[in-house]
Amino acid sequence: MPTHYQTSRAEMDPRHSNKLSLRQRFYLIEVLVGLKLTGVRFFSNMWKHTLHMFGVKGARGAVTIQYPDERRPYAPRLRSLHRLVRREDGSPRCVACMMCETVCPAHCIYIVASEHPNPDIEKVPQRFDIDLGKCVFCGFCVEACPEDAIRMDTGILEFSSFSRRGMVYDKETLLALEPARPDGAPTSPVPIPADRRV
Amino acid sequence: MQGLPGDLIAAAIPVAFIMFVVLNFGGLLTWVERKQSAIMQDRIGANRASILGFRLLGLLHPLADAVKMLTKEDFMPARADRLLFKLAPFVSVFFALTAFASIPFGDTLHLFGRDIPLQAVTLNVGILYVLAMLSLGVYGLMMAGWASASNYALLGGQRAAALMISAEIAIGASIMGVVMVYGSLDLQDIARGQGQPLLPRVFGSWIPAWGILTQPLAFFLFLTAGIAATKRIPFDTPEGESEIIGYFVEYSGMKFGMFAMADFLETVVIAGMTTALFLGGWQVPYLQASGFVFPWGASVALPHLAVVGLQVGSFLFKVVVLIWFLMLIRWTLPRFRYDQAMRLGWLGLFPLSILNIVLTGIVLLALGR
Repeated sequence: MPTHYQTSRAEMDPRHSNKLSLRQRFYLIEVLVGLKLTGVRFFSNMWKHTLHMFGVKGARGAVTIQYPDERRPYAPRLRSLHRLVRREDGSPRCVACMMCETVCPAHCIYIVASEHPNPDIEKVPQRFDIDLGKCVFCGFCVEACPEDAIRMDTGILEFSSFSRRGMVYDKETLLALEPARPDGAPTSPVPIPADRRV
Repeated sequence: MQGLPGDLIAAAIPVAFIMFVVLNFGGLLTWVERKQSAIMQDRIGANRASILGFRLLGLLHPLADAVKMLTKEDFMPARADRLLFKLAPFVSVFFALTAFASIPFGDTLHLFGRDIPLQAVTLNVGILYVLAMLSLGVYGLMMAGWASASNYALLGGQRAAALMISAEIAIGASIMGVVMVYGSLDLQDIARGQGQPLLPRVFGSWIPAWGILTQPLAFFLFLTAGIAATKRIPFDTPEGESEIIGYFVEYSGMKFGMFAMADFLETVVIAGMTTALFLGGWQVPYLQASGFVFPWGASVALPHLAVVGLQVGSFLFKVVVLIWFLMLIRWTLPRFRYDQAMRLGWLGLFPLSILNIVLTGIVLLALGR
């Protein structure tokens, strides 16, 4: 029994009707139509796979991106693993002003400041730890930094660890990272978590 | 090559061939299923398992599956019936394997003065044997459903029994038309009969009398009921992975793998049966025992071994094409609800197959056979 909310559109357009036509109820013809669709798709994809195997790179029978081997391009504004920007001499550009630690909504940054040997520079972080187990990747730390000392442009997304301790990345690790290529492919290897270092 | 050893070897050749073909097909079907569905759906499919870096298009995944299943925990519910629970997967696989025995894959092979019939068991009631083995396979599912001490498994086993009965009746009744046309219950006789010309007074010797031409309605009915007998989508009500999971819900490890294997083996059996009954079995068009004899008068003489090789190759080719088609159906159609499957079996296939028997009888009478 049709309910009132089905009838109006169904009367206007038979495509929206819930009633099956006789041909649809017979099913066999509809089965053959469906088999034709998938069968044609099978052979066209098979042909493309064969061409691809013989070196025609334009022929792709699948839309699959085989992830660890291939990556889709990342947007340049993608926020990935943090890195600490270095000065010319390799020391961190960070002056331990605590802005990022203050603004961080997840409280995942921990900084210990110390004197910089150069009297022109006020401070330098003795420790700069980011607990990525807590980080929400909001990018506030990058925005808050007055020295452009922290960026999230490494393109690395695959950091993982078997323990919470391993998710804490220290200053040396973050300093060693390089920015990603323009297509988002990382240039640095994924850092080894602290709890897995030998 | 006389005496008992020769007899044993002669009997072992077809058996070994059947075991080799069916078991390998069963294992390879997991690969075919993955790859074919992937190609149909614009994917690549499983291709990561490798030995020494060789992936072989994912052909090693069945091996990896076997290793995985053999090393998984083999769990048994605490209140399960221990004997039946362990026996059920073996029963399921055993009858699926033995069902292929009376399907002929070639004409008689003459070798070293012996006549070796190319079927594992020469039975004059071969059709009934295959039907019996297919029906007995469902005992494994019912045992699994009962022994698991799980309501879902019991529902699955009950559904398997109900589906098997409704499918078996349609299978048996649709085969009757074929039996009437070729006048034998022996699958080898039926395969030979399909090499005869169809209606020689009308078509000459141009068209062979394959079952799909003499019994088109029975072909559709048998194929539909056969798919139901394999318990795969669209007739996967006993398994019903989206609702009750079914008779193997409590199984794990290789026992579960054996149930999955039985499904694939039954697919091979149904493809073999359809080939033997409707697609001419091992017949190659215009190939006689002496070689090709074309209806326009030309003929190519072939040695005996080449003829037999062509026949076996033709049978395997037809089986492979049919398996491809069954896979295409499995990855195209949505599954039937339980009541829809029952209605299709009892109100669709069964009356139509009875109608087919009546029509076949009338036509045979009219043709004076």
